[in-house]
Amino acid sequence: MSSEYMPYTVETRPDTGLYNARLGIWLFLASEVMLFGALFSTYILLRVGAEPGHWPQGASILNVPIGTFNTAILIASSMTMVMSWASLKLKNFGKYKLYMGLTILFALVFLGMKYIEYSQKFEHHLFPSHSTYLAIYFTLTGLHALHIIGGVIVNGYFWGPGSRMWQTDPGRFTNRIEVAGLYWHFVDLVWIFLFPVLYLL
Amino acid sequence: MTHPEHKVTFWKKYLFSTDHKQIGYLYGFTGLIFLFFGFCLVMLMRWQLAYPEQPLPLIGKWFGETRMPGGVMLPEFYNQLGAMHGTIMVFLGVVPIAVGAFGNWLIPLQIGARDMAFPKLNLASYWAFFVGGVIMLVSFFVPGGAASSGWTSYPPLANIATIGQTLWLFGMVALITSSLLGAVNMIVTIIQLRAPGMTFGRLPFFVWAQLVTSFLLLLAFPPLEAAGVLQLMDRLAGTSFFMPSGLMISGQQLPISGGGNVLLWQHLFWFLAHPEVYVLILPAMGIVGEVIANNCRKPLYGYRMLVGSAIFIGFMSFIVWAHHMYLTNMGTAISSFFQATTMIISIPSVIILACLFLTLWGGSIRFNIPMLFALAFLPMFGIGGLTGLPLGLAASDIPLHDTYYVIGHFHYVVAPGTIFALFAGIYYWFPKATGRKMSNWLGHLHFWPSLICMNLIFMPMMIQGLAGVSRRLYDGGASYEYLQGVLHWNVFISHGAWMLAFSQIPFIINFFGSMIKGKKVESDNVWDSTTLEWATPTPPPHGNFVQDIEVYRGPYEYSVPGSKRDFSPQNEKEI
Amino acid sequence: MSAEIEHVNAEVKKYLLVFIGLLFLTMVTVAASYLHLPLAMAVLLALVIATIKGSLVVCYFMHMISEKRLIYLVLGFTVTFFAAVLLLPMVNHHDIIRGAEVVH
Repeated sequence: MSSEYMPYTVETRPDTGLYNARLGIWLFLASEVMLFGALFSTYILLRVGAEPGHWPQGASILNVPIGTFNTAILIASSMTMVMSWASLKLKNFGKYKLYMGLTILFALVFLGMKYIEYSQKFEHHLFPSHSTYLAIYFTLTGLHALHIIGGVIVNGYFWGPGSRMWQTDPGRFTNRIEVAGLYWHFVDLVWIFLFPVLYLL
Repeated sequence: MTHPEHKVTFWKKYLFSTDHKQIGYLYGFTGLIFLFFGFCLVMLMRWQLAYPEQPLPLIGKWFGETRMPGGVMLPEFYNQLGAMHGTIMVFLGVVPIAVGAFGNWLIPLQIGARDMAFPKLNLASYWAFFVGGVIMLVSFFVPGGAASSGWTSYPPLANIATIGQTLWLFGMVALITSSLLGAVNMIVTIIQLRAPGMTFGRLPFFVWAQLVTSFLLLLAFPPLEAAGVLQLMDRLAGTSFFMPSGLMISGQQLPISGGGNVLLWQHLFWFLAHPEVYVLILPAMGIVGEVIANNCRKPLYGYRMLVGSAIFIGFMSFIVWAHHMYLTNMGTAISSFFQATTMIISIPSVIILACLFLTLWGGSIRFNIPMLFALAFLPMFGIGGLTGLPLGLAASDIPLHDTYYVIGHFHYVVAPGTIFALFAGIYYWFPKATGRKMSNWLGHLHFWPSLICMNLIFMPMMIQGLAGVSRRLYDGGASYEYLQGVLHWNVFISHGAWMLAFSQIPFIINFFGSMIKGKKVESDNVWDSTTLEWATPTPPPHGNFVQDIEVYRGPYEYSVPGSKRDFSPQNEKEI
Repeated sequence: MSAEIEHVNAEVKKYLLVFIGLLFLTMVTVAASYLHLPLAMAVLLALVIATIKGSLVVCYFMHMISEKRLIYLVLGFTVTFFAAVLLLPMVNHHDIIRGAEVVH
């Protein structure tokens, strides 16, 4: 049950070229594609089914500058995430800590801006129950934010107590960061579609 | 190279072990308990259907005034029983046993691995399933009782239902999480942890079936999870994802925004629920394949056709779902699309059935108990599949949709279909798991009455359905004048159901009794099988194999010309 | 080992270029929204730009461009089913029997 005899946790299996967790995370991400796909399908169905003129322009309800800023900061966090993995490949633990720290920081800024956005909506009594547009906006961005929180927790663990594995099993630790990175990039990918759909159309 | 046995606490050994076999037992026991509970729910329903408005003798008073005042079932309670029977049997009974128990226990053994790829994730999957099950059970005891809008939970009814529906949704989120994590684990294990020499072309059909099943779970469940979140938002946050504008309930307009779409739920639900039925049948076909090959002393006929068909079924199952929605005012174009894909998907199912039948031809058939169940599976699944064809075509579906014909159809596939296959698997692998044999005569006492009762229950449902008896009728059709001629079948079916329950007693006695007092096996390979799970000590220890495993041949090398024995195990170099 | 370091440094250069590209495309997509194009065009343009951005993330940040065949296979099926869940309900919405009362 431990990694002493669990093969392909670090080294790749020759015929597939993969180690277990990388295949595992891609499979998980495939399921996430279907999850967000269903929600995008919901958006489409609700929008085409709405009475003409009853579906608002995104920019009339949402704050495009904040959305743009959030898009940029999440892309930046994706960049710092892949740099943190590259730093480990270059055996530079200090740089890893820096880049991973920035990733977490950017994510927290994103969440902070979302909090501001949500508060502004609630202050104006714009709740999910107000319209189907707001309903799908809050659900899509809310679920996405939950995924960010999950990522922050995992990344935080790997920045903090989890980083001890670098001393004992650097290969396995590097793989873990690659896997966490794939998840993180996916979260960014979802936002790359969410932003124009909700804010700009 | 087995892991040295060290002292572990009861909790670590039985409940929190990361050993795939122990997790398989957890899934198996929990699943069987839920299967039994779900069966009890329908036995209660059958009383109401056979003897409407009559007090249930002896136990009727246990259910209290909110459910069965004076022992007479209330319609609200009938609906709870119906919705939860379906939910529990599918999600808490059959899938956990077929995938969680058989999949977890058997896959690493059959591919020559020491455990699943992610043992701790495996344990987490089981406990997520357990939590989901507890939530579902607890829902019976909240005000208003359990979910009562069918296992299909269609809005708007489900949206305005009592708290039990909210618990159902949370329970489903837990169950879906469990399945998703389990599916990832199984796929990675099958792809990455095969022993040297175990190419994809040498995998037992059971493993292929589980691989396809895992992909179905992985990719089809998330839309239902999304739909569950949306229904929770509707119920808890007052959104109108599924609530159309202008909806009136009891003459009142609801204080909601409207603009929602009830069909959205149906699309997202059936996007999962159709692949779900293949999740129910594929592992069963896998088990039947193993048992038949072994007991015919012949390779499975058409291994590549079997595997190709399983993969094709898996793919097609994602694009047939709206055949459950023919009566939603679908246009002819989209309806034709789904009819076409539905007809096409029946072909690989027939191919699989044909290959299993053809394996029997010229075989040296051994009629042991697992083989009896596996053989019975074939015609029973055949009936189930054939009766599905009129449902898959829109024109014939119009009079049959939502009638007892549908109930008869899918129960034929799942009950004397899948569940018989699960029994075959239990009888077949019990000696390896426990080191003891089950009793043959108790096996016969279980098999023959079960087979007869299954047909007594579900064949008359076809008759009732063709006559127009709708599903989910509290009085079984009694208030409809045109159904009077088929009402007597309700009594017949109910008695069949109670006799079926009675017929399970020999199995329960056999299962537990043999564990304690069954005759010990004389060999590690009691059925003279070729697959790798028989190449372990009995029962298999942590780490499964005491020698390095290398695979030299395919999984069904029985009666190979020139060999000393009538079977050539996959891992033995000499034939 | 220094071949490995060379390789990673080359990758890092790519990451930087992709990052700049992504920021640029973000500006483009926001600017395009101010053109107030008709809905169909606006949707198409937004999706095309998002797809390009997404492809950059997937190919380079997620290393898809050098990934193994098996992953391509898994994602190929996923994208197919994604398209099914995205499009078929909408097709169904438009293909109904007219003349029936449809409650919005």
